[in-house]
Amino acid sequence: MASPTDRRYTKTHEWVALDGDVATIGITDFAQSELGDITYLELPEVGDAIALNQAFGIVESVKAANDIFSPVDGEVIERNDDAIDAPEAINASPFDQAWLVRVRVGDPAQLDALMDAEAYDAFATSAAH
Amino acid sequence: MTNMPTLTPIPPVPRIMPAQGLLLTRRGIEGVMVGSVTDDAGDAPLKETALRTRHERLGARMVPFAGWLMPVQYSGILDEHRAVRSAAGLFDLGHMGQVRVSGPDALAFLQYVTTNDVAKLEPGDAQYSLLPNEQGGVIDDVIVYRWPDEPGYFVVVNAANHDKDLAWLRRQRMDRNDLDVSVEDVSPELGMIAIQGPNAETIVATLTTTDLGAIGAFQWQRGEVAGIPVMIARTGYTGEDGFEFYAPQARTADLWDALLRAGLPFGLAPVGLGARDTLRLEARMPLYGNELADDISPLEAGLGWAVKLDKGPFIGRDRIAAIKDAGPLRRTVGFQLTERAGSARHGYPVQVNGRDVGVVTSGAHSPTLGSEIGLALIDSAAAGVDRPLNVIIRGRPVQARQVKLPFYRRARA
Repeated sequence: MASPTDRRYTKTHEWVALDGDVATIGITDFAQSELGDITYLELPEVGDAIALNQAFGIVESVKAANDIFSPVDGEVIERNDDAIDAPEAINASPFDQAWLVRVRVGDPAQLDALMDAEAYDAFATSAAH
Repeated sequence: MTNMPTLTPIPPVPRIMPAQGLLLTRRGIEGVMVGSVTDDAGDAPLKETALRTRHERLGARMVPFAGWLMPVQYSGILDEHRAVRSAAGLFDLGHMGQVRVSGPDALAFLQYVTTNDVAKLEPGDAQYSLLPNEQGGVIDDVIVYRWPDEPGYFVVVNAANHDKDLAWLRRQRMDRNDLDVSVEDVSPELGMIAIQGPNAETIVATLTTTDLGAIGAFQWQRGEVAGIPVMIARTGYTGEDGFEFYAPQARTADLWDALLRAGLPFGLAPVGLGARDTLRLEARMPLYGNELADDISPLEAGLGWAVKLDKGPFIGRDRIAAIKDAGPLRRTVGFQLTERAGSARHGYPVQVNGRDVGVVTSGAHSPTLGSEIGLALIDSAAAGVDRPLNVIIRGRPVQARQVKLPFYRRARA
């Protein structure tokens, strides 16, 4: 599955889409597929600060627990409680319905360091083998 | 998600995977060496069962497990788990080991090296048992089958302990040179497939003339399934009714194909090691390396029912008897998390009122109960159904309640 081209990607398999100074963050289709059935999601509260390259959440599948890392510095202004209540939504719709948090970012230029969809898909393909 | 780039789906017991440094050959239906696929533990090539290409064609995710390349999942662990509970699942168990114990003193030898009472087995019977060590711990858990139609026994051992068990049994055979017995590893000749679930018997019945109803729980018979000569055992590791087949290595892929085809109308799904682990945990079946270990007594593991102290002398008997007399200091208990905090996993500490009382031996999201369950080895003083525990998950004490075991018991017809 080709990743959407309207956002940027991390090497730790998060995606981030910027709208003005608001970044929406989620995990990629490759990530959900590697994790398998997702059973648990832990996210920060609205108002919490999250920091570039720092863990801000936990996603667990039947197989394993994994940290979710932030691609930006910012403050959480919204989180997806539906995804917390029904974490299997991340398996079904990682790029759309199961976004994780919306963050007001201090420095949108932080996204420049991230991969575009094409680079990410190549990266994920090589990571899979 | 730091570890994603190298994330391999974690097989149920990666921690107990012994180094398999001596395994230089692999068998598979092509019988070729594939040097690029290696065990985590080193660069020895992984062994393959006769079904590897079947798994790949079915879209399985293959992982190293106990020195073997095995399917951890096909459609997904939850799906596969539910298929076994509601219909049927098909498992490749080609990694498991089989040992033939024969000779005039086979019974006396097995009585000496196992904890259960082998003398209770009539021809065609099987029993769950343990290989104890001299300290009263456990080397492996096994199934001992008595042949239905010839003298002697057949012992099925865990893949992760295969080499260790064989070395141990051979050493005991030499120590007991008063006994006339032979211990033969027959694993290379045999494939092993399980079919488990409420529809298992219906599916197998379409492929055999053997009267399956005549094979009771923990019994086996010789028969033919899809024209393939097999041993048909009503045993398993899921908490469901079902069968385990021992088939000639060269016919195992045919048996798999026939079962999968026959099972199609009955909801049969191939099932990997991931769901095998959640299924056995719900049924409270122990996993060696988790509930069982060299330094855990069978009594602490809650397996006293498989230890017959009055059957005569056996390895570790006096140590186990002493623990029984004194009362075990630790017990294996079941628990359920009562707040949402993810899964309790193997190795997580367990506390009561901030004091360490033990450790989680196995834990997982239970697909059947929809809750987080686990087994823990804790101080006996803290054990008791309904009593509280805290499982330390990512540094935080999470509330849990001890519950009756098993977590899941199938409705019997």
